[in-house]
Amino acid sequence: MSTLFTNARLLDPASNLDRKGEILADEGKIVAVGTNLKRDGAEIVDCSGHCLAPGLVDMRAQLREPGDEHQETMATAGLAAAAGGITTVVALPNTDPVIDELALVEFIARRSRDVGLTRIRTYAAATKGLRGKELTEMGLLAGAGALAFTDGVTAIADAVVMRRALSYATNFDMLIIQHPEEPRLAEGGAMNSGEIATRLGIPGITRVAEVMMIERDLRLVEITGARYHAAHISTGEAVDAIRAAKKRGLNVTCDTAPPYFALNETAVGDYRTFAKVSPPLRSEDDRRAIVAGLRDGTIDAIASDHAPQDQESKRLPFGSAASGIVGLETLLPLALELYHNGSVPLLRVLGALAQRPAEILRLPAGKLEPGLQADFVIFDLDRPWRISVDAFHSKCRNSPFDGRPVQGCVLRTVVAGRVIHSAENPT
Amino acid sequence: MTTGPSAPFSFPHRHLLGIEGLSPDDISQLLDRAETYIDQNRQADKKQSLLRGRTIINLFFENSTRTRASFELAGKRLGGDVINMSAEWSSIKKGETLIDTAVTLNAMHPDVLIVRHPESGAVQLLSEKVDCAVVNAGDGMHEHPTQALLDALTIRLRKGRLQGLLVAICGDVAHSRVARSNIQLLNTMGARVRVVAPRTLLPAEVDRLGVEVFTDMRKGLEGVDIVMMLRLQLERMQGSYVPSLREYFHFFGLDYTKLEAAKPDALIMHPGPMNRGVEIDTEVADDIDRSVIRQQVEMGVAVRMAVLEALSQEPRNIAPAK
Repeated sequence: MSTLFTNARLLDPASNLDRKGEILADEGKIVAVGTNLKRDGAEIVDCSGHCLAPGLVDMRAQLREPGDEHQETMATAGLAAAAGGITTVVALPNTDPVIDELALVEFIARRSRDVGLTRIRTYAAATKGLRGKELTEMGLLAGAGALAFTDGVTAIADAVVMRRALSYATNFDMLIIQHPEEPRLAEGGAMNSGEIATRLGIPGITRVAEVMMIERDLRLVEITGARYHAAHISTGEAVDAIRAAKKRGLNVTCDTAPPYFALNETAVGDYRTFAKVSPPLRSEDDRRAIVAGLRDGTIDAIASDHAPQDQESKRLPFGSAASGIVGLETLLPLALELYHNGSVPLLRVLGALAQRPAEILRLPAGKLEPGLQADFVIFDLDRPWRISVDAFHSKCRNSPFDGRPVQGCVLRTVVAGRVIHSAENPT
Repeated sequence: MTTGPSAPFSFPHRHLLGIEGLSPDDISQLLDRAETYIDQNRQADKKQSLLRGRTIINLFFENSTRTRASFELAGKRLGGDVINMSAEWSSIKKGETLIDTAVTLNAMHPDVLIVRHPESGAVQLLSEKVDCAVVNAGDGMHEHPTQALLDALTIRLRKGRLQGLLVAICGDVAHSRVARSNIQLLNTMGARVRVVAPRTLLPAEVDRLGVEVFTDMRKGLEGVDIVMMLRLQLERMQGSYVPSLREYFHFFGLDYTKLEAAKPDALIMHPGPMNRGVEIDTEVADDIDRSVIRQQVEMGVAVRMAVLEALSQEPRNIAPAK
C-alpha cells in the first residue's frame, strides 16, 4: 500500500534539498520525491507545512536487553526512539551476555521485528566478552547482521589486539568503532580533570586520555588500511586529530553526542550524578571545539549515546555513581539547538543525525531518495517546549536536561512508510 | 554542671558541609565562640547543659580515632547524647545504600549527624535526605571543615590574627581534604596561601584555587608565618606518586634545615596522625617553641563544640539553599 506525505517542507541533506514538496512511499520504500506526485489510491498524510527529513539514524545507544531489562528493554527503547524521531537505532554490545555470538545478533534482530517500531540493529563485540584479548568471529557476525565491531564503553586498549582487529576487519570491509580513552589515564576518574574536579575533590580524567588513544589508533589505521570510527568525542584535540587524519585521506569518521555540545563540566555543579558521563563533560573550550567540528563536518555524526541508569545506580556519591545519560528522546531537540543558536546550518545538523551515520554504517537510509527505506521524521522546527523526564518512554530518567527549554519537536515518526509514532497534540 | 556562655550568635546555615560558602563573619563568629570553650575544657567540670536532650550521631564510614573522639567529647561536654556508629557494624557492608542509611537514621530523629565518608560529596548527598543538621567530618578528598576551623583557631591564638599571614601547606595536597578546607578558609580570612609539593601530589589547576605553587620546599617556606604539613598516605609513598620515603623526606620532609627559610617565629602544624621521619622530622614535630600540633588537638574539641552549638540553635536564621 502506498502513502503520500504531502504539504511538507522537504529537508534532504544529501541532495541539499530544502523546499515545499511531497514524497510517495510504497512497499516500505521511497518511490518519488517532488511536487504534484500521482496519488492514485495512496493514503494521504498531510504534514501541514512542517519539516519532513530522513528518519534519525542513531549510531550509538545502550539498550540493556538482554540482561538489564529493569533499566531498558527493546520495547521501551523502541517506543522512546520512535518518540524521538529515530527510525534506526544501533545497540552497543555491552549487554549481559555480551553480543559476541551469532545467536545474540539474531536475537536482537528477532526482538526488533517483534517490537515492530524503530528498526533496532546491533554492533557486535570486537573482542570476546569485551575482554580486549581474543577477536570475535567478525565474518560470521557480519553475515548475521552486525553492523560494525566495538567493545562498547570500553576502549580496545591493547595495541596488538587493536591492530589485529583493524587488520582482520578489512577482510570483510567492516568498521571498527573505538571508545577512545586511554584506560590507565582514565582509571578511577569520574569527571574532567581541572579546577572544578580539584575543588570538588573528584578524581579527574585528563583530556589527553582521549586524543592519545585516537592518535595511536590513527597510526594503526594507516598501516592496516582499516575503516575506523571514533565514538563520542569530547575534546578539541580529538577534533583536531580527526580533522588532520581526514586531510591525510584516512578512512576515519567520528561522532559526538548532545552532552558534549550542549553542556560543559560546570553541569556537575554540586556532585550532580546525572551529569556523570563517559567520556566526562569537558571544558567550555572543548564544547566550542565540538560545535566547530560539527560545523565544518569534521564530526560526521551526532548519536544519542543513550545510557539508561536506574535510580539506584545514580543516587550514590559521585565517584560511585554510574555514568550515562538517557538520550533517545532528547536527541533531535538538543541537536536543533545548534541550528537555532546559529552554530550549524540546519541541513548539516540533519545530515549528522541521519545521512552520515547511514553512510558510515552502509544502511539504505538517511536520504530522501527513491529506492531507499521510507523512514522519516516529521517535525515542527520551531515549537518551543520543555524537556520533561516524566514524559519519557524510556524506563530511566537519568537526564541532566530535565526542564531545559528547547525548540523543535517530533510530530510523526515513519518507518517503512508506516507512521509508528504520532505526537499527541500535533499543531 | 555550668550553664556556660549563652548569648546566641548567628550562623545562617543548616549544615556545615564545607568551608566553601562560609563568610568571613561566619568563620569569625565560630572561632570567637570556640575560644570561650577553651577555658571550660581546661576545668575539672567540663560539662554544661546547652545541648541537653539533643541526640548527636557520629556516623563514620572511614576509620578515625581522633576526629571521632573529638566530636564525641564536644557533644558530651555540651550535655548532648552522643552515639557512635561505624561502617563496620552498620549495615552498609551488607549492601544498604548511603541514602537508605540516611533515611533510617533520620527516622530516629537525631539532632545532629556527624559524618565522615571516603567519597567526595557523600556527606552533602546524605544531608539532602535528612531533616537534622549535618556536619562534614571529612568527605573523600573534598573538605574537612572542622579541621580548618581548628587550625585557624590555633593560629589566631598564637598570632592574634589570620589576615595577612603567609601560610605554606606542604605535602600531599592532591589527596587532602584538609588542604582544600584550609585553602578556602585562609583565603576567605585574608591570609596568603602557598602549596608546596612534588608535582605528582598537586591536583590539576591548583593555582586556580588562589594559591601560589612551589615544588621547591626551601623557596616555598621562605618568609612564611605558618608551616602546615600534610600526612602522606603510606600507600602513596612507594613508587606510585613518589619514588621512595627516603627521596620524599629529602626534598619535602620538614626538618630544621628547610625550616630556616621560614620566619624565625613560624609555627609548625600537622593535622595528624604524623608519619615521623616521612613528612616531618621528629625533633621538629616535638619542638615546644614552634610546633603547635598538640594545641591543634585541644582546639579541635573547642571548635567542634562551637559548631555543634551553632547548628543546634533554635530558631535559626537559615539562609535559603543555594
